[in-house]
Amino acid sequence: MRLTASGISCVRGGRALYDGLSFSLSNGELLLLTGPNGSGKTSLLRQIAGLLPLDAGSIVFEGGERSEETHFVGHASAVKDALTVSENLSFWCDLYGSSGALKGAALSKLRLAPLAPLPGRVLSAGQKRRLALARLVAIRRTLWLLDEPDAALDAEGRATLLEIIAGHRARGGMAIVSSHTTLNVAPSQAIALGESKETVAA
Amino acid sequence: MIRALASLIRRDLKLGVRAGGSLGTAFVFFLAIAMVVPFAVGPDLDVLARIGGGMIWVAALLSSLLGLDRIFGADAEDGGLDLLLLAPLPLEAVVAAKGIAHWLITGLSIALAVPLFGILLGLNATTVAAAAVLLLIGTPAITSFGLIGAALAVALPRSGMLTAVLILPFTIPVLIFGSAATQSIAAGEYFGTPVKLLLAVALFSFVIGPVAAAAALRIGRET
Repeated sequence: MRLTASGISCVRGGRALYDGLSFSLSNGELLLLTGPNGSGKTSLLRQIAGLLPLDAGSIVFEGGERSEETHFVGHASAVKDALTVSENLSFWCDLYGSSGALKGAALSKLRLAPLAPLPGRVLSAGQKRRLALARLVAIRRTLWLLDEPDAALDAEGRATLLEIIAGHRARGGMAIVSSHTTLNVAPSQAIALGESKETVAA
Repeated sequence: MIRALASLIRRDLKLGVRAGGSLGTAFVFFLAIAMVVPFAVGPDLDVLARIGGGMIWVAALLSSLLGLDRIFGADAEDGGLDLLLLAPLPLEAVVAAKGIAHWLITGLSIALAVPLFGILLGLNATTVAAAAVLLLIGTPAITSFGLIGAALAVALPRSGMLTAVLILPFTIPVLIFGSAATQSIAAGEYFGTPVKLLLAVALFSFVIGPVAAAAALRIGRET
């Protein structure tokens, strides 16, 4: 599978966040997005996921359907307070057409196995984040779009995150990861989004 | 795909039934209206019998509007809506599944509460039976129209009132034909025309509701 973005732009609130951005990603590669708050990291990930329209340019997926091959982990962890940890993960497995065979492995990988019968409301922010990341392991997909995945994670959680990303790349997966901290993911490419300088007519 | 949608319905039912869920809200509100009506219009059984059929529909409509904004609002707040949009399923089907789950928790409980409503107002068995059956047609139509308002309002915080106001005009035909059919049956008159029109409105809502709501969700996410 190959992902090619050519000349993509994003205008938010009359400001051009980025203009004419191009990159190409193939199996096993990781693209790291860096930049200060408000520089467009989230917008770019949402554009690639298809949640935001492109203001210019195109994104092409070769060798796969975007809706069948993409994982998106945004700022919110999408954990339901009234469901147990296990039910939360099972639901996303069902919805994304995964058999759930990897569910147990995902929970233990993210150190959530002892918490499986507990309701989502008792989880801390970091535990909720780990539950969101467990989706990545439980449901096999080629392209991971991770928006500041290390937010709220402790040192051990961050190490687990790096480990699952490395495992994903070793299996031929691709990832686009945004971070404003120093996340040591060994990127094969990096894009630094800057402060937007120009204002365009709305 | 069926398994994924069944799982979505099951999850929303669980969320509705468990602590903090919306099960019972519509049921209690519906019966609360039945309880206050005699205080307002007086305990004259003839008057209550005459307005009873109409009151059931007014109460059902208002109770159905409760909690509509939560259909998508709760998912939008916790980030789950993005994941529903990205799921490898037609968004219209996802929206319809959420509508079915919402109806099972609100509309169905309202239809089941009609006998109690009838006892509180001293209505006869024919009116109660007619209203209960017709509400099984009418309340899914209200929910289906409600999906559109819920989807449009998802980008706005605390939009419960907006959702209700947006969809109220669409639900008026349900109220008119449902109420007319109930009263015709209760009076032993010909009731074919209002029942057919109620069915027509319901079928129209089942088609337009999920499609329009899915379109509204897509537009809402893109801004």
